[in-house]
Amino acid sequence: MRELSLNILDVAQNSISAGAKLIEINISEDTCENTMLIEIKDDGCGMNEETLMSVQDPFFTTRTTRKVGMGIPLFKMAAEMTGGSFGIESAVGKGTCVKALFKTDNVDFTPLGDIDSTIVTLVTMNTHIDFAYTLKVDESQFTLSTLQLKEILGDVPLDLPDVVMWIKDYLKEQTQIIRGGAV
Amino acid sequence: MKTLEELLAIKAKAEKAMNVREEEGAGTRIVVGMATCGIAAGARPVLSGFADEIAKRNLKGVSVSQTGCIGMCQYEPIVEVFEEGKEKVTYIKMTPEKVARVVADHIVNGNPVVEYTVASIDK
Repeated sequence: MRELSLNILDVAQNSISAGAKLIEINISEDTCENTMLIEIKDDGCGMNEETLMSVQDPFFTTRTTRKVGMGIPLFKMAAEMTGGSFGIESAVGKGTCVKALFKTDNVDFTPLGDIDSTIVTLVTMNTHIDFAYTLKVDESQFTLSTLQLKEILGDVPLDLPDVVMWIKDYLKEQTQIIRGGAV
Repeated sequence: MKTLEELLAIKAKAEKAMNVREEEGAGTRIVVGMATCGIAAGARPVLSGFADEIAKRNLKGVSVSQTGCIGMCQYEPIVEVFEEGKEKVTYIKMTPEKVARVVADHIVNGNPVVEYTVASIDK
């Protein structure tokens, strides 16, 4: 994957397949320590211990169209090759949490890339699921919560073009603010 | 600055539009493969490309959605177009650049762009 935001999109698809109602995506950067923690947490069906062990193996997959599943192994590799770490916690009936820690000053660090596109794609393509996206850079942070948006919008869908445009602009502006750039 | 208050204005406008909306046509479904293979090959900008183009042209009765692995990973990004009463058209190795032409020629004017489809492989 050329961007970590694509790994996030890919891993979040697993949460969707797991029947999650709420998916939390947390990105936390520490510019002093040069680290980035990415967390994807869902309340889906979860996995038993045996499945949990095997998802990190590229030759395990639940898909039926072919015999390899590269999603989790690729994300794990992306984290570990920067000198970071990777972990998954899961409980049947409770959900799954995938955490990857990256060392951002390592030459093998893959840039985060267009995370806003990942969030917009997830939110607008899965309007029946709720997402809470938090970006934290040092002490500043913002959250986009679809629960909050839906409360305001009522019956108006999140994939309405005007709403999509609002979400795109909101993400862009908030990201610029916490990254310290001018709007 | 985008504020939550602006969403209220969008809501009011949308609700007004909903009341006057005519019965929509039979419907065209555009489905983008979004498994690991599709995403790695560049499906995300293709998906947003379709969504943006449909919104820009204000096309009614056209939906864009995602699916898992279609099973021909070497040809990803793959896009399938389903139209009522017509055979499914499968586009392969899609790019954001190809999206505008597929929307204009196929979705709007009903002429599939054959050279982008899976049927072009054998030629």
